[in-house]
Amino acid sequence: MKMALSVNDLHVSYYGNEAITNVNFTIEKGNLVGIIGPNGAGKSTLLKALLGLIPIDKGNIRICGKQVYETRKKVAYVPQRNDIDWDFPITVVDSVLIGTYPKLGLFKRPKKKEKEWAYECLQQVHMEDFAHRQIGELSGGQQQRVFLARALAQQSDLFFLDEPFVGVDVSSEKTIINVLKELRDEGKTVFVVHHDLSKAHSYFDQLVLINKELIECGEVESVFRPEVMAKAYKDQFSFLNEVGINV
Amino acid sequence: MIDFIEAIGQYEYLQKALLTSIMVGIICGVIGCFIILRGMALMGDAISHAVLPGVAISYMIGINFFFGAVLTGVLTAIGIGFVSQNSRIKHDTSIGILFTAAFALGIILITIMKSSTDLYHILFGNVLAVKPSDMWLTLVIGIIVLLTVYLFYKELLVTSFDPTMAQAYGLSTKMIHYALMTLLTMVTVASLQTVGIVLVVAMLITPAATAYLLTDRLWIMIFLSSAVGVISSVIGLYFSFTYNLASGATIVLIATLLFTIAFFFSPKYGLVWRWIKVKRKRSALAD
Ligand SMILES: Nc1ncnc2c1ncn2[C@@H]1O[C@H](COP(=O)(O)OP(=O)(O)O)[C@@H](O)[C@H]1O
Ligand SMILES: [Mg+2]
Repeated sequence: MKMALSVNDLHVSYYGNEAITNVNFTIEKGNLVGIIGPNGAGKSTLLKALLGLIPIDKGNIRICGKQVYETRKKVAYVPQRNDIDWDFPITVVDSVLIGTYPKLGLFKRPKKKEKEWAYECLQQVHMEDFAHRQIGELSGGQQQRVFLARALAQQSDLFFLDEPFVGVDVSSEKTIINVLKELRDEGKTVFVVHHDLSKAHSYFDQLVLINKELIECGEVESVFRPEVMAKAYKDQFSFLNEVGINV
Repeated sequence: MIDFIEAIGQYEYLQKALLTSIMVGIICGVIGCFIILRGMALMGDAISHAVLPGVAISYMIGINFFFGAVLTGVLTAIGIGFVSQNSRIKHDTSIGILFTAAFALGIILITIMKSSTDLYHILFGNVLAVKPSDMWLTLVIGIIVLLTVYLFYKELLVTSFDPTMAQAYGLSTKMIHYALMTLLTMVTVASLQTVGIVLVVAMLITPAATAYLLTDRLWIMIFLSSAVGVISSVIGLYFSFTYNLASGATIVLIATLLFTIAFFFSPKYGLVWRWIKVKRKRSALAD
């Protein structure tokens, strides 16, 4: 087994305000990994640091043994849904086609081959019937599936998804998680920022639990224990102690 | 109208005016699409005003106004970015502070030069006084703008639509932003003669906004926007010539008229069609 990602002594701050401190973990290839933690725990920040979108104060990130800037084209990112302008004049299939841009490089245009590939990726998420709609004319779940299709079009080794299940209907959620599991079975590594703890158990192989610092990382069973979870969510659940329930 | 067409055949100055207006219509239409999709309409207004001190300085030291204008335009764009990124001042506030400062400086410089007719023409445009050198300058700028947009279409599309993804796969969104600001400054300079500083922003935004109401595809939007720009320029020039009106004002009003038509009658997004569709649906359900 080879390393997909290793994070060493990672510190990230916004203008000096610590967002995450001293995070260490490693993930092997072929895993479906959930990144979990309470609101404001630094999950999105961790993802952005891993993608090289924000500067880091200290630490070391290796993707497949290489620096972040060397592996940019092997990594696909699905942003949080509210980061997108849904009125943009672009159709569903054209927005998936964007996924082929990184490998095309400068000055080359997507040709028939790329267009067919984009259409295939749409089929994988069952959105081919909507190919020529404007992207704003879709439901939240459908939009999320289109952005997953775009990530598929990138033919990456690593996938990062930020809260893909927020505001998404049940059948879209099923489609998405099935596609992610297929990717994992093909040997890809998939990271999903997620905050719904109830599904974490059935969705992921490994969990990274953070709350500013790393609380625990490992197999789902070893992270999903009351004493570990309590450490991350102690602020959220402090009221339970007050009424006499011990977590 | 016949008079106008005859006059074009007869007078060389009118031919130059027509060619220049058409080119300005095209490049404003193209760059305008990216400006409105990136939410930078105010930035367009700012840069167009910020070229004034550059124009004044160029006249003073006797170089082509293109160089001075591009210099102060780009410096202002950089200044705006610097202030908003390095303080809690919001972007639109930063734009407001810097472009009015540049514009005020420009007014003083031009007053020192004691040339109020020039100021009037720079502010409001005088397409009928286009010199051959201006026409060639516009042509060169037009070619640079169109070529750049053609070659970097993919990069402009992805950084406008999803800058985070663009950054994640290694594009420098900052560099593309400043490249676009440079193009914007050049387009502004090219438009000085036809529409003037005060109204350039309308040529950037109104045709693009009209096209935005008519299509869901970026490349079609770019073509439609240029077409609206060209039609406004030509008809505007006609009214300017026939009734001796400021060309900038007539061109902009024609563009506004086209926008109004699209606003009400666009097949998909027009107010009237939407209203009719709702009515039809409701009466169908009522039966
Ligand atoms: N752009 C930003 N500027 C300043 N602080 C930020 C910024 N983005 C996030 N933060 C802060 O960093 C912390 C972690 O945020 P984030 O990574 O978005 O958390 P999560 O995704 O786990 O909810 C929060 O306290 C948040 O307020
Ligand atoms: Mg988040």
